[in-house]
Amino acid sequence: MLNNFPLWPQQASTLAHRVDALYIFLIVVTGMMALLVCVFVIFFAARYRHRPGVLAEQIEGSTALEVTWSAIPFLIFMVIFAWGALVYFKERTPPADATEVYVVAKQWMWKVEHAEGQREINELHVPVGRDVKLIMTSQDVIHSFYIPAFRIKQDVLPGRYTVEWFRATKPGVYHLFCAEYCGTQHSGMVGSIVVQEPAQYEAWMNGGSTGPLSASGEKIFAELGCATCHRTDTQGRGPNLQGVFGHPVQLEDGRIVTADENYLRECILDPGAKRLKGFQPIMPTFQGLVTEEQVNALVAYIKAISTTKPADGAKTSASAAIQEVPAKAQANSAQTKAQLNAAQPNRIQVQ
Amino acid sequence: MEIAIPQSPIAERETYLNAKYGVWSWLLTTDHKRIALLYLISITFFFFIGGFFALLIRLELLTPAGDLVQADTYNKLFSMHGIVMVFFFLVPSIPATLGNFLVPLMIGAKDLAFPRINLLSWYLYIIGGVMMLYCIFTGGVDTGWTFYAPFSTNFSNTKVVEAGLAVFVAGFSSILTGLNFVVTIHRMRAPGMTWSRLPLFIWAHYATSIIQLLGTPVLAITLTLVVAERALHLGIFDPKLGGDPVLFQHLFWFYSHPAVYIMILPAMAVESEIIACFSRKRIFGYTFVALSSIAIAVFGFLVWAHHMFVAGISVYSALVFSFLSYAVALPSAIKVFNWTATLYKGSIHYDAPMLYAFGFLGLFTIGGLTGLFLAALGIDVHVTDTYFVVAHFHYIMVGGAVMGYLGGMHFWWPKISGRLYPEGWARLAALIVFIGFNLTFFPQFLLGYMGMPRRYYDYSHMPEFQVLNVLSTAGATVLGVGYLLPMVYFLWSMRYGKPASDNPWNAAGLEWKTASPPPTFNFDEEPVVTWEAYNYEELDAPPHAQEVPVAR
Repeated sequence: MLNNFPLWPQQASTLAHRVDALYIFLIVVTGMMALLVCVFVIFFAARYRHRPGVLAEQIEGSTALEVTWSAIPFLIFMVIFAWGALVYFKERTPPADATEVYVVAKQWMWKVEHAEGQREINELHVPVGRDVKLIMTSQDVIHSFYIPAFRIKQDVLPGRYTVEWFRATKPGVYHLFCAEYCGTQHSGMVGSIVVQEPAQYEAWMNGGSTGPLSASGEKIFAELGCATCHRTDTQGRGPNLQGVFGHPVQLEDGRIVTADENYLRECILDPGAKRLKGFQPIMPTFQGLVTEEQVNALVAYIKAISTTKPADGAKTSASAAIQEVPAKAQANSAQTKAQLNAAQPNRIQVQ
Repeated sequence: MEIAIPQSPIAERETYLNAKYGVWSWLLTTDHKRIALLYLISITFFFFIGGFFALLIRLELLTPAGDLVQADTYNKLFSMHGIVMVFFFLVPSIPATLGNFLVPLMIGAKDLAFPRINLLSWYLYIIGGVMMLYCIFTGGVDTGWTFYAPFSTNFSNTKVVEAGLAVFVAGFSSILTGLNFVVTIHRMRAPGMTWSRLPLFIWAHYATSIIQLLGTPVLAITLTLVVAERALHLGIFDPKLGGDPVLFQHLFWFYSHPAVYIMILPAMAVESEIIACFSRKRIFGYTFVALSSIAIAVFGFLVWAHHMFVAGISVYSALVFSFLSYAVALPSAIKVFNWTATLYKGSIHYDAPMLYAFGFLGLFTIGGLTGLFLAALGIDVHVTDTYFVVAHFHYIMVGGAVMGYLGGMHFWWPKISGRLYPEGWARLAALIVFIGFNLTFFPQFLLGYMGMPRRYYDYSHMPEFQVLNVLSTAGATVLGVGYLLPMVYFLWSMRYGKPASDNPWNAAGLEWKTASPPPTFNFDEEPVVTWEAYNYEELDAPPHAQEVPVAR
């Protein structure tokens, strides 16, 4: 019923109803506050208009009234605050098993890569009823991925990943807007979100797919020679990457961080910044040598090998390797540099 | 820059207007009242430039297709509309004109504490203004008034450095005005003018000055970093060099959110004076209204990241900033309730300044209440960077601040010029502004929730937005008329208006105890204050009823 109400966009995600419910609550509450002020102002203005011979009655103020009209609005504000925060937590917490889609923004288009394989520009196909997590980055300025029908928006930043998620509830075609001003064709950086029934979606996904993103990642991983150091046993000069994703890792400076998408991305582009404990700073930066899409593919690949071979086999995981491999890693550092230098031409070709 | 000096029919009395003649007597003046008029002329000039840009923006959005100007031109229009209106009109508007004129008068001082610095601040404003005009006429700038990095630092091909430096220089004008007010209010009060007897106008200007002093240097630093990053590629904001673009937003909003209070606090200052006068009452809860100004100044510095809920900050910092945003909403609500309570058992007159004050109450209340939507995290994600935000801040910064400014101009115009304006026209203008404003900006709330992003030049992919945009453009033309009218009849009144008495409204306050227009040193003898502010029980009703506004 509410879908036909003209004052808001279609409700096509599980979040839309939550946001609209709060919106309606706010309209009612603020409407009552506005009405209250309005009624009093109009009533007083009419009732106490100037009449010759009738003087104003001087009133100093009333602390009791001040406390009342501070406390009641404050309590109402706190309800709004808490409700808004709950909706926001929902919006900001992607379910763990969500389907992943990588988004690269650039002036002035959206490039979309499905982890399952399809690529699109200015369009995003998703099935009804499945959680979809967008892992987004920008090649240039700040953009913002905004789907009004889903009530979600997230700025897309250069140099890091930001994440948003949704679960579409209704097949249809919905607006995709860039909501952060990004230059000349900002208003042309629009597209469509195509929500399909699962069967249709499967058919679309299988038509002309280039294979899963992690497969391209595996290819790039090999072409760049990553595997020479990041071996699948404990003998590599770099950490074994199997099972590393999503787990806490200890850094050289003692900090412990979670190896999430942003961490992997940073390690590829700026390996020195958050180096694992026990490994030498021998990995060269890949900043400028790989495109954003290639970084996405590499991240997708590392995630894939983390989920297919989980971290329970302690000796194969990077976090376990921290304690065991340092000596070995140290010994081989000189040799590694030479090998990496030899590998450089390959990298440039890949790009 | 010529000033029409009213030909006073009682020519024998010397006022600040006829004390000296000639261009240099104005350009080298250290009289706060003359400097206020210099500011008045300059900001009016920039108001109409910014207004012209706004009109072009609204005309472009009349149709979904981008058909009036080029995309790049449109981007420059909204950028320069924002920069001119914020930094060259709204920030100096009430403080530098009405504040400059009235702060010494209201506290019984001869002038501001540093008259030469006051003049310097106007020259800095003019230098900044000329730099901005240079920027406009040599191609303009297209970064939005927010100068977001890395677009402004690495990508825009327009005059970012010029615009940044122009705002940088104008910022110092604002700092100096704030400094002058703080020292003046502390040191120059007349005997008997204790803090608890200060008009609320002074309290709000004091709070404003604190923000100007503490906040504006951060803007200067931020713009310096943008210019340096653009010229030298330092890598402060550029992620490719290890910088952080979100850092820019933190720095920018650390000034620019409190800057909203630089614009609205003085309008609240005016509001308190007008409501007291035309209700013939002391302001209800004087202490609470006074301290709420200070609370706004303090809390205003703690809410900047509510502009950044989708910018990539953590969920927990978003929580903190959402909470604090509700905290800063409270003092504003307290003010509105106290003004409303002041009307109770008053003796209310409907003169033009009071109509503007009613307009302010309505528009500011809507602006404030829609702020509650934006501070609610879950809703902000949907409506931030849409027309909802555009509508919200225009209700505060135009509905609130400009209504306050116009109300104040009408209230003190007899004191400033020594003339009365035509009351009927003034009431009509207040009505036109109120209707035009709501017609322009209310549809934008609806557009925003529908999902129309701001700064869109072309919405041909979503023609469903057109009806509301047409309404908005229609409202803008009405609003334009409403803003032009006062300028016409104020200018007219300088020659043809009936001479004003010293206290045409029978208002309380020291500024009404001296002549209209006041002599150069404000008071013939130093006033001694023995009464509380707003002692309306001792004053008769304003004698407006039997007056005809036009002379002879």
